[in-house]
Amino acid sequence: MITLGKDEIAKYPFLADAGQYLKDKGFTLQQFGTDPDLKLSVEKALDRVQVSADGKIYKSDLIDGEASKDYVLEREVFSFLLAIVLLKLTGMNTLIKRFSLAEARRAEKYLEKDLANITDESKKELAIRIIDDLFSIQIKKLDDYFIIPISNYLTHSINFHEREWKLINRHVENGYVFLTPHETVRLIRKELGNYINSKIINAKTPSMIPGFEDQVAKLVNLSKKFVTHSVTTGEYPPCIKHAIDVLEKGENLPHSGRFMLATFLLSRNQSVEQIAPLFKNAPDYNEKVTLYQLNHLKGTSGSGTQYSCPSCEKLKTQNLCFAIPECNNIFNPLQFGKKERK
Amino acid sequence: MKEKEIKFLEESFKKYYFDHFDLIHVPERTSEREFGYQKFNSGMTRHISLKDDKELHLLLMQNIPSDVYCSNAYYSFPNLSMKEKDWKEADLIFDIDSKDLHLGCRKNHCVTKCNECNQVTHLSDFCQNCKSSKLETKSLPCNNCIDASKNEVKKLKNILMEDLGVEENNIHVYFSGNEGFHVYVYNSQFQEIGSRERSELVDYIMFKGAIPETFGMKKMKPNRSSFPNFEDKGWKGRFSKEVFGSKSKRSKIISELITNGYSNFQKNLETLSFKIGTQIDPNVTMDIHRIFRLPGSLNSKSGLAKVFCKDLKTFDPYTESSFLNENSIEITAHCPIEFKLRKKKFGPYNGERITVPTYAAAYMICKNLATID
Repeated sequence: MITLGKDEIAKYPFLADAGQYLKDKGFTLQQFGTDPDLKLSVEKALDRVQVSADGKIYKSDLIDGEASKDYVLEREVFSFLLAIVLLKLTGMNTLIKRFSLAEARRAEKYLEKDLANITDESKKELAIRIIDDLFSIQIKKLDDYFIIPISNYLTHSINFHEREWKLINRHVENGYVFLTPHETVRLIRKELGNYINSKIINAKTPSMIPGFEDQVAKLVNLSKKFVTHSVTTGEYPPCIKHAIDVLEKGENLPHSGRFMLATFLLSRNQSVEQIAPLFKNAPDYNEKVTLYQLNHLKGTSGSGTQYSCPSCEKLKTQNLCFAIPECNNIFNPLQFGKKERK
Repeated sequence: MKEKEIKFLEESFKKYYFDHFDLIHVPERTSEREFGYQKFNSGMTRHISLKDDKELHLLLMQNIPSDVYCSNAYYSFPNLSMKEKDWKEADLIFDIDSKDLHLGCRKNHCVTKCNECNQVTHLSDFCQNCKSSKLETKSLPCNNCIDASKNEVKKLKNILMEDLGVEENNIHVYFSGNEGFHVYVYNSQFQEIGSRERSELVDYIMFKGAIPETFGMKKMKPNRSSFPNFEDKGWKGRFSKEVFGSKSKRSKIISELITNGYSNFQKNLETLSFKIGTQIDPNVTMDIHRIFRLPGSLNSKSGLAKVFCKDLKTFDPYTESSFLNENSIEITAHCPIEFKLRKKKFGPYNGERITVPTYAAAYMICKNLATID
């Protein structure tokens, strides 16, 4: 376990042992439900979850990653730990996923800053150690770059679909990939999210704490917003399943992936109104824009051109192809399953 | 292949294996490897585990295989089924085959054999005797094919060492025994990576999937200063040398590239993939469970051996990998193309009965261009 300083716990609260932290501070969970001063932290925790559900990053009270006063720092850590308690009491996986992703992105900002820190070597060292301990990536500093072994890079980058992450589009030299601090932490975003997610999933669910009922009820209500009406009837090819999966997780699906999904479903005679809710979980979802774009693809607006689903070959180049043996010999995702029906 | 030809090849192969045990060794960490073999006109037998050279030699003598294979992967239990083997790691392997290089010379040394009437003619889309389109293409690679394949090996080695940080002594090059080369990379950082990661390495080596931004070309307002330089390492440097040609032309060509626009730049990158990328067989490198031809063993497509190339530059496959004996044999040859083995010319033969050394007869019989009556 990495030993963290006070500021570091506030920046990377997911590294702290929650139970131990509260114990060290001399508090019990029950006190947070009754003590009016401590209750502020519960409200803050609620806010933290709500903000993440909106796909935004919780705005911390820390200034430049440091707390002006000890109580600010404590509240910062408490709100994270209490957010987990609220999430466990709410029991909605979709909120946990969104919270994990948002917290990962929040930590990402601090990691990036710490990596790029040229005045305080210890901050940089800690960031490097966190990345190594949690994700087994050995980072070295070389001039303005962070360099990591190619094999290390590949195990993480293969999960990205954007072409800029392909090894061919990276500065590669003598067995290493050269990355900026931003790219280094971006490389582990997904894993950081998964790490936080698994920590929450594995945490014990407490019984309801008196004084937490209102916040929990608010979150249960909030989670209803994210229930999508599934239109996934029939067998879809793996590329389409993957795209739906990404969106359902609330992760970002690249433009080319959205194009593929929309044109595929339109070709399968789904209506614009049926398809639009699928994009609801996308981090940058905007109902008006989505409807406009879908109508454009359908040819009911704009130039009137009806766009067709891209070929498998094109999807391969776009890294959107996740072919399975059943895909055999098809040229377009729309052909998937047709042969078997003969 | 008929019984007589199989018997001849089996006898010749057996003699080779018996006389050349010194050339055929099990690879390091033998007990962690999976072995397999094929017999003439028969399927594959695999999931075999061997302890040492002795066991391998016994297998060769008992089965007289047409082809012998060994895994690039290391397993806890190589003789169990695929699921139960417990994969540990795998050497990085590459297959460079002249037939994938789309060389102009190919039409001069390829023949087609009709599966209906057995007529052998120069490369054609249909049989000139019975007009059937069921044809088999047989190639007798020429020096140009070998030189072009060697050039790909050179390109590959350069990328492996300069970009991927592999030490030269960990790169071993073998002539495949037919139309190309097999390259092995040992003890690298890539031993434990899986198939998807290897596929990324393949794209890197083949120069596939590059985007204009990587080479300084932006969609909006491209900036001249972001284009690569001659001194740049890796693909940027190779790109500069290929696209700019010389330092003096760099500025003019950048202006042209900017004028031609982003999508043309993307197209250029795709064309460049064939020029500067190394032409390897992607499936071989991506496969982490493959059994790959065993060094020292014979290739049933030619009767030549898969041999280690000490000095690639001077390596001549048609003398250094031909090991079958010199005993004379009478065959009927339908080989309309001249070929050279052990510095001796053979052919062209148009269905005549000839007496040739075993190594030349085996070469033609393996390619299905000769029979024993």
